[in-house]
Amino acid sequence: MAAHLSYGRVNLNILREAVRRELREFLDKCAGTKAIVWDEYLTGPFGLIAQYSLLKEHEVEKMFTLKSGRLPAADVKNIIFFVRPKLELMDIIAENVFSEDKLHSSRDFHILFVPRRSMLCEQRLKEQGVLGSFVNIEEYILDLIPFDGDLLSMEYESAFRECYLENDQTSLYHTAKGLMTLQALYGTIPQIYGKGECARHVANMMLRMKREFAGSQNQILPVFDTLLLLDRNIDLLTPLATQLTYEGLIDEIYGINNGYVKLPPEKFAQKKQGESSKDLPTDPKKLQLNSAEELYAEIRDKNFNAVGAALSKKAKIISAAFEERHNAKTVGEIKQFVSQLPHMQAARTSLANHTSVAELIKDITTSEAFFDNLTVQQEFMTGVDTDKVNTYIEDCIAQKDPLIKILRLVCMQSVCNNGLKQKVLDYYKREILQTYGFEHILTLNNLEKSGLLKLQTSSRNNYPTIRKTLKLWMEDANEQNPNDISYVYSGYAPLSIRLTQFLARPGWRSIEEVLKMLPGPLFEERQQLPAGLHKKRQQGENRITLVFFLGGVTYAEIAALRFLSQMEDGGMEYVIATTKLINGTTWIKSLMDKPKPKTP
Amino acid sequence: MTRTDEEEYWNSSKFKAFTFDDDEDELSTLQESKRAVDSISGLVGGDEDEDQVEIVGWGGEPVDSIVWSVRETAASTNQRPERESTPQTNTGPSQKSRSQSVYSLSSLFRGDVIVLIFSESSALSDSTTGRLFAPELRKPKSEYKEEWVRRVNCVCVCFQVVSLEKFRSLQEKLLLLDYSVKANDGNVITAVLIFLKKTLSKEILFQELQSRQTALRHFINFLYETEESGLLLELLRSLGRTEDAALLQYKEHQSISDESRRRDFLKSCLRPVNPIGFLSHLLERQIIMERGGKVEIFQKVPRKSSILNMPLVTTVYYACVYHYNEAEGTLSSPHNLRQTFRISEKQFFVTALAARAKLKAWSDVDALFFSRNWLGPNRKKTTNSAPPKVLQDYVGLVDDAQLRLSLAHKHKCHDIVINTYRDLKDRQLLLGYRTKVEVGSEADSRISQLLDNPKYWKEGGAYL
Repeated sequence: MAAHLSYGRVNLNILREAVRRELREFLDKCAGTKAIVWDEYLTGPFGLIAQYSLLKEHEVEKMFTLKSGRLPAADVKNIIFFVRPKLELMDIIAENVFSEDKLHSSRDFHILFVPRRSMLCEQRLKEQGVLGSFVNIEEYILDLIPFDGDLLSMEYESAFRECYLENDQTSLYHTAKGLMTLQALYGTIPQIYGKGECARHVANMMLRMKREFAGSQNQILPVFDTLLLLDRNIDLLTPLATQLTYEGLIDEIYGINNGYVKLPPEKFAQKKQGESSKDLPTDPKKLQLNSAEELYAEIRDKNFNAVGAALSKKAKIISAAFEERHNAKTVGEIKQFVSQLPHMQAARTSLANHTSVAELIKDITTSEAFFDNLTVQQEFMTGVDTDKVNTYIEDCIAQKDPLIKILRLVCMQSVCNNGLKQKVLDYYKREILQTYGFEHILTLNNLEKSGLLKLQTSSRNNYPTIRKTLKLWMEDANEQNPNDISYVYSGYAPLSIRLTQFLARPGWRSIEEVLKMLPGPLFEERQQLPAGLHKKRQQGENRITLVFFLGGVTYAEIAALRFLSQMEDGGMEYVIATTKLINGTTWIKSLMDKPKPKTP
Repeated sequence: MTRTDEEEYWNSSKFKAFTFDDDEDELSTLQESKRAVDSISGLVGGDEDEDQVEIVGWGGEPVDSIVWSVRETAASTNQRPERESTPQTNTGPSQKSRSQSVYSLSSLFRGDVIVLIFSESSALSDSTTGRLFAPELRKPKSEYKEEWVRRVNCVCVCFQVVSLEKFRSLQEKLLLLDYSVKANDGNVITAVLIFLKKTLSKEILFQELQSRQTALRHFINFLYETEESGLLLELLRSLGRTEDAALLQYKEHQSISDESRRRDFLKSCLRPVNPIGFLSHLLERQIIMERGGKVEIFQKVPRKSSILNMPLVTTVYYACVYHYNEAEGTLSSPHNLRQTFRISEKQFFVTALAARAKLKAWSDVDALFFSRNWLGPNRKKTTNSAPPKVLQDYVGLVDDAQLRLSLAHKHKCHDIVINTYRDLKDRQLLLGYRTKVEVGSEADSRISQLLDNPKYWKEGGAYL
C-alpha cells in the first residue's frame, strides 16, 4: 500500500509496519466495537501510516472529530479519543464525557495520547472530575513518521519554538527516542557527527539511553553509516529565502500538509463540450504529493524554470505511447496495449494535474511583486546594503503587505548582517508596531529571543566570510542542468546542505574556521558495534548518512540533498529526518505570539 | 484571454534572476503538455473519474484516507480491505523476525527514565548525599536503591502525584527535581514541579528555581500554559525580569474589553517599559476620537469600524479622514498625533495622502506634495480617479522615465507620454502612440506638430 516507502536505499516500510502493529495492538486492547474521536490535527499524520480500512478491520465503526458538546450517537462498545496532549483538548473531552447519557452508559471511554502521555493533561482531567471515567489511558509513540522513501518527519510543530525560544527540550527527548527506535529497527549507527547545542544534547541522550540498554545488544546489521545532527539555528538564513524548486514553490504558495496540497480548482476543471462555465467546481482540488507518482518524483526537485521542459518531454512520451495502438496488429498486441491503458491513463492524469499546477505557480512567479521580493532577498544574500534601512521593506510596510512577508525580509537582513545596527533595528520595529499594531511587540520579542532578529553586538559582520568560504552564492547557477546545489534557490546554496556536503568531502577539518563562527559545539562520536556486525561494503556501494534537522527543514534543502545523493561520484546517499517540514512562513508563524481569546 | 495575449503574457518575463529559459519557451512547453493531455483524453474517453485512476496505483489511497473517512464514516460502502504489505528487509531473514518479535516499540522504552534515575542515584550511597536519607541509612545499599526505583517509578510511570508525597524534606524534593531535569522529559519535570508548587512556599520555590535554570524555564512555561498569571507575574518580578513582566501584563490587557479600564490598566502596568508607555496615550487619543468629529464627514464617509485599539498608522489615517483640519493643539488632530508619536515623514506622508485622496480633497493632496518639499509621488500608485490635471502634475513628477511612462499610459496623460518620447528622441514610439489617441484631438495635433519639427529628431535619434 505504501510501496514508495521501500523504493529508497533504506526500506522505511519497516518503520511504518512497526507503528501499524502498535496501533492494532492498542485497538485490540479495547475489545468490541469502537468509535474514534479524532483530534483533527492528528488525522493528517495518521493518514500516512494507516487507512480507514485498517481501523475497520479492528472494529472501528465510526469516526468523529473532537468537538465540544455532546458526542454523536453511535451504537458502539468503546469510545476512543485520539488526541495530542493539549490542555484545551482535555476540556473538550471532559465536556463530551459529562454530557454522555448516563442511562446509556454502557460505553467505555479510552484515551490514546499521541505521541506521549502528559502529566499536565491527566491532572486537568482529574480536576474536571472525569479521569476515573477512562478504562485505558495510553500513549501511542509516533515519533518519526515516514513521509517518503528517503524522508521522515516528527511533525512536531512547535519544536523550534520550544528549543530556541522557550528552552524546553522535551522535543529533543522525543527526537532521541525516535532515533533509538530507528536504531532498533535499522541497526546501531556507528558514527555520529553534529553541530549545535540541541544536536549535542540529542547525541548525549542517545548515548545515555544506549548505555542503559547495555543488556540487550542490537544484533541488526547497520543500515546507516553516519548520523549527522544539525541545529536549525546554525542556519537561520535558508528557511527565510523563497524556495525555487517545484515542490518548494508549491509549499511556499499553497502549503503542503502531510503530503497533501489544496489548490484552487479552476485550472483543474475539465470542460466538456457545450458545458457552461458556471458549473466549475468550487471545492479546492486536493492532490497527494509523493514519489509514488512517477512524474512528480521526476520533477519535484527541479528548479521551477526547468519544470516546463520536463513536462513537455513527458507529454511527448505519453503521446507516443498512445500512438503505439496503430502498430498493434495482432490480438496479442492489442491485448498488450489495452493492459497498459490504465497505467497510461494514470500518467495522463498526472501530467494534466502538474501542467495545471505549473500554470498556477507561473502566474505568481512572473508577477512583479514576486520578482521584487526575490531581488531584495538575493541582494541580502549577496551582502548588498544589509546595514541600512531597505526601501523595499519600508514600502511594503507602507502598503501594509502581509506582516509575515515583512518579518521574513527583516529577519533575513538581520541574519545576513550578523545583526542590525541599533538605529536600523529600532526603525523597523517602530514601523512595524505603528502599522500593524502594538500587539506585535510580543512577536518581535520572540524573534529576538530566538536569534532571528538581533542587535549587532560586534562590529565585525562574519556573514561575508561564511558566504565566501562555503561558496553560498554561485553566479550563473544552472537551473536546467544543475551541477551544484545552489540551483534550488537560483544562486544561493543552502548553508545547512553545504555543511553536509563538506562533511562527506573533504571533511569538516577544512572549514574549521567557519564552523567556529556558527553557534553551538561541534562533535563526533562513535558507537561500538558488536563483533560481526561491521559492514562489508561492496565495491562502489554508496555510504548512507541520516541527516537530522532539529527545528525543521525545507523542501528546497531536501531537494539539494537528493541532488547530492544522485551525484555519480558522490559516494554518499542521504536519508532525511526532521522535527517538522517547514517553510519561511510556517516557521515565522510558529514563533508569533498567539493572542489570548477575549473574555468579557 | 486571446491566444496572442496569452503568448505575450507568458513570454513577457523581464526577470533576470528567475526567468524561464529563453531557448525552451515555457509557454509552448506547458501548452504542448496540455495539448497532449487533451488529445489523449479524447482517445481514452470517459476518464473523468480520477479516483478510479488513482486506485490503479498512482495517486496513493485517497478513498481510503483517514482524513476523509472521518467525515464519511457512515457511508463506508466502498472501502476496500487493505492488503497488508509484509515488511521487506534488505538484510536477511534473521533481522525480519527479530524486528517483529523483540522490538515492539512500546516495550522498548517504557520505564527508561527509572533506569536513568536509578543509575544516577547510586550516588546516594556516598557519604555526602547519604545523610539526606537518614531514616533509610540503616538499610543495605541495595534496598534503598529499590526504594528510589519504587518512588520514581511512581512519578514517571504511574503519574501518581500522591505518591510523591513521600519526599518530605526540602533536600529530598530538590534532589528529585534535579534528577527529573536530568531525564530531559518535560513531562516528568512538570510532574515534579506541580508537586513542589503544592508543597513548598512560594518564596523558597522561587529562590531554589533561580539556581536551576532548566527547571525555572519549565516552571514559567507551565504557568503560562495553565494561565496562572498572578503567580507568574510574582515570579518574574522576583527574578528582576521587569520587561518580561510588563509584556506579560500587556498580553493580559488584551483580554480586557472595557476601554477605560484597559487604558488605566495600561498606564499602571507598562510603566517599567519605556517604549510601551505610549500605548495608553494612544488609546486615550482613540477614546477622544471615537466620541468626536463632525457629523457631515461621517455621513459622507461612513466608518467601517471603531478606531479603538487600532494600530497607530490606522489611527493617523482615521484622523486624516475625520479630523484633518483641526488645530494642531487638538488631541485628535493628525499633526498632533504625528508630533507626539514621532511618526516618520514618509509614513505620515503616505498615510495622509491616501486619506485625502480617498476623500478627493485634491487641494490637500496638492498641498501635501508641494509644501512638504516632496520629490515625487513615485511610491504611490493608487490615485482614486483624481481629475486629469492633478493626475498629470503628479505623474510628471516621477523621476524614472520608464515608470513615468507606464503610469502615464495607464492614466492616459497624453502630454507626458508625448514629451517623454520627445525627450528620448524616439520617433518610432511616438508614431506608434498616435494610434492610441483620438484622431483630431489636441494630443493628435501635438504629435503631428512634433513629428514635423525636425529640431527634435536631429542627433541621430530618428530611426526612419
